[in-house]
Amino acid sequence: MKVRVVAATALAASAIFAAGCGGSGSSSGAGGDIPAYNSSEHVTISYWVPFTGGELNFVKKVVHGFEESHPGIKVNVSGNINDEKIIAATRSGNVPDAALSFTTNNTGVFCKDGTFLNLGDAIKRDGIDLNNFPAAQRKYTEFEGVRCVLPAMADTYGLYYNKKMLEGAGISAPPRTMSELSADAKKLTVRSGNSFKTVGFTPYIGFYENSAEHYGPLWSAEWQQSNGKSAVASNPGWAEMAEWIKELVDYYGHSSLVRFQSGAGEEFSGSNAFQTEKLAMALDGEWRTALIKSEAPKLQYGTAPMPVADNRSQLYGSGFTIGNITGIPKGSPHPAAAWELIKYLATNVKPQIELTEDLGNIPTWIPALEQAKTKASPQFQTFLNVFANPHTTTPPITASGESMQKTLENYLEKYQAGEGGDLHKGLEGVASQIDAQEAQAKAGNTP
Amino acid sequence: MNAAAAADPRGRARRRSQWRRRRTVAALLAPWAIGFGAFFAYPLIASLYYSFTHYDLLSSPRWIGLANYEYLFNTDPQIWQAVKNTLWLIAIMVPAQVLFALGLALLISRARRGVGVLRTIFYLPALAPIVAATLGFVYLFNPATGPVNTILNAIGIEGPLWLNGTTTAKPTLVLLALWSIGATLIIFLAAVLDVPAHLLESAELDGAGSWRRFRYVTLPTISPVLLFAIVIGVIDALQYFTQAYVAAGVAQGGQAGESAKALGYPEGSTLFYPIYLYEQAFARFNMGYASAMTILMLVVALALTLVILRNARRWVYYQGEAR
Repeated sequence: MKVRVVAATALAASAIFAAGCGGSGSSSGAGGDIPAYNSSEHVTISYWVPFTGGELNFVKKVVHGFEESHPGIKVNVSGNINDEKIIAATRSGNVPDAALSFTTNNTGVFCKDGTFLNLGDAIKRDGIDLNNFPAAQRKYTEFEGVRCVLPAMADTYGLYYNKKMLEGAGISAPPRTMSELSADAKKLTVRSGNSFKTVGFTPYIGFYENSAEHYGPLWSAEWQQSNGKSAVASNPGWAEMAEWIKELVDYYGHSSLVRFQSGAGEEFSGSNAFQTEKLAMALDGEWRTALIKSEAPKLQYGTAPMPVADNRSQLYGSGFTIGNITGIPKGSPHPAAAWELIKYLATNVKPQIELTEDLGNIPTWIPALEQAKTKASPQFQTFLNVFANPHTTTPPITASGESMQKTLENYLEKYQAGEGGDLHKGLEGVASQIDAQEAQAKAGNTP
Repeated sequence: MNAAAAADPRGRARRRSQWRRRRTVAALLAPWAIGFGAFFAYPLIASLYYSFTHYDLLSSPRWIGLANYEYLFNTDPQIWQAVKNTLWLIAIMVPAQVLFALGLALLISRARRGVGVLRTIFYLPALAPIVAATLGFVYLFNPATGPVNTILNAIGIEGPLWLNGTTTAKPTLVLLALWSIGATLIIFLAAVLDVPAHLLESAELDGAGSWRRFRYVTLPTISPVLLFAIVIGVIDALQYFTQAYVAAGVAQGGQAGESAKALGYPEGSTLFYPIYLYEQAFARFNMGYASAMTILMLVVALALTLVILRNARRWVYYQGEAR
């Protein structure tokens, strides 16, 4: 499951302190040097992961399997580690041997200056066939020819629907187009005065998993033009997506919808609105199947690919995929043993199947994926199909990390609230801002 | 110095004594000097240097001249929203805090009994950890399930969206600031209780009503404390971070601590300058740009403080000072 945890206690003044205390990192280039592991060597390595709670225990269980197969290597797994901590550690010299990140979009940040070691030589030396990773995963683990991370389980997204509610509203099948989704959402909505007893589907950007990144592929909305410039203004899909979102938000009333969402329960808790039947349909990741199994086992639900734009029906069945990335930070004390660990997690059927069963994530090693298909529940099978669909996309890896997604979503949040002004002008402004951010991240002539 | 003087044993003893005294002074000053250098001067100078560089925390800083400042003033569309929100805090929250603390202090000072109890009650919220207090407020002011709106609904009023509304998020944060006003309140209370009773009595004998006694006796006497509260309030407003950071993340539906994607929620209305600075430094890894923002904040804080202090000469009265 994707859980992005960010440190909650930083004061503005810390920027001064951090800037002052930080030594100047050295750019070592992208080349990494990972020696072959000597099996007679006994080492203890550290592995930093962002997982917490029960999920962390699942990861530890899988890592224990690695220790059994590599008797010379003991692994200390630390949870609740986000990218900021990894970067701070890399700079301070207190470097973990290996790390895992939820933030796929930061591959560019990790690879461009050698923050994570280049895995290219080790992959070649150990004869790993990269074709055993799906195309999207190969794409998001490489930046400008440098592969500094491996995929370690993926997420993909689809539509969750409450079977009982759909039947009650006379809807025989889940929607396949955005018009159908809007119509069904309205049919399923039950008002109670100025608020709602049930909301059919909330498209609101920022709520749960609703994001530009997850919606965009359903309109064929691409992030970049062929020349590398932002396509946010030039690709009509983004404007159509924004208009669809706003139309449905306006139907509920922005204020009423926000009020409903504020009482909808935390996303990653048993009070999740879909699990408590306050929400009839929801866009969500494959991990929800595992959460429903443990937190709301009596819920009668189905899953389907997300509906697509009316004029792009050929896209139905596809969606968006992204996933965990794992690599070896620069300065890792035991890169050879660390490589054995990340190789084990990324290129072995056993750990990937265990993580699929425990975390409810999608395997990123194709032999494991094939095996998972044979065991999948009907609900989970939907996500395996979306994952395998040739139209399923992943966003481009850029030097500026998540900036482009954040910049667009900042604008869309205003637009859906009726404060975004002219949509096309707004998107043009977003595109030029994204281009400026990318230019600075690459060339450094602006921030 | 000639050979005779150098050979003078009394002169040598005096020099030794001076040297010893200087060493003692240096040793006594050292803790402060080390702290000042390590935690103020060096970070300040380093920030100034980084503000002229492209620095992503991972690779070496690269000199880019004034490009960060040019981007800050000419290109960045979000910076002005952050500036506007922070100016709102200075214009609304700081006066509200000062007036509220002063009003409470005046009321408590008039109480004939239970001053200690009242003082404790009003001071207690200031002891609550900021994050816990903010989480409590998010719960209380939840538009759908919070007790505040539940009570309002019971009497037929549809409560506002509080922290989830673009127009109400900042005022709700002001309510949180007023609730935890204890420290300022105590300072005001001490100042109000310190107003010489004979002056108040004289004014009363001269026929001054309660407003005139407050305006011409109490207010001038406590004016240095008022000035202190305003300056500290402005600096705090310029650095306002934790409450907005936590409230935005939780109000949006996330967990405490999962606030990165919600910075400024809703719709940028709580994107204060330090929040945006944090986002640039630690979410987008633009430390060079964040350093430029820090320098600008420092300059603005200095300028505002100077303006307030210069202006204060007209209305702040120090005891014993001839006017």
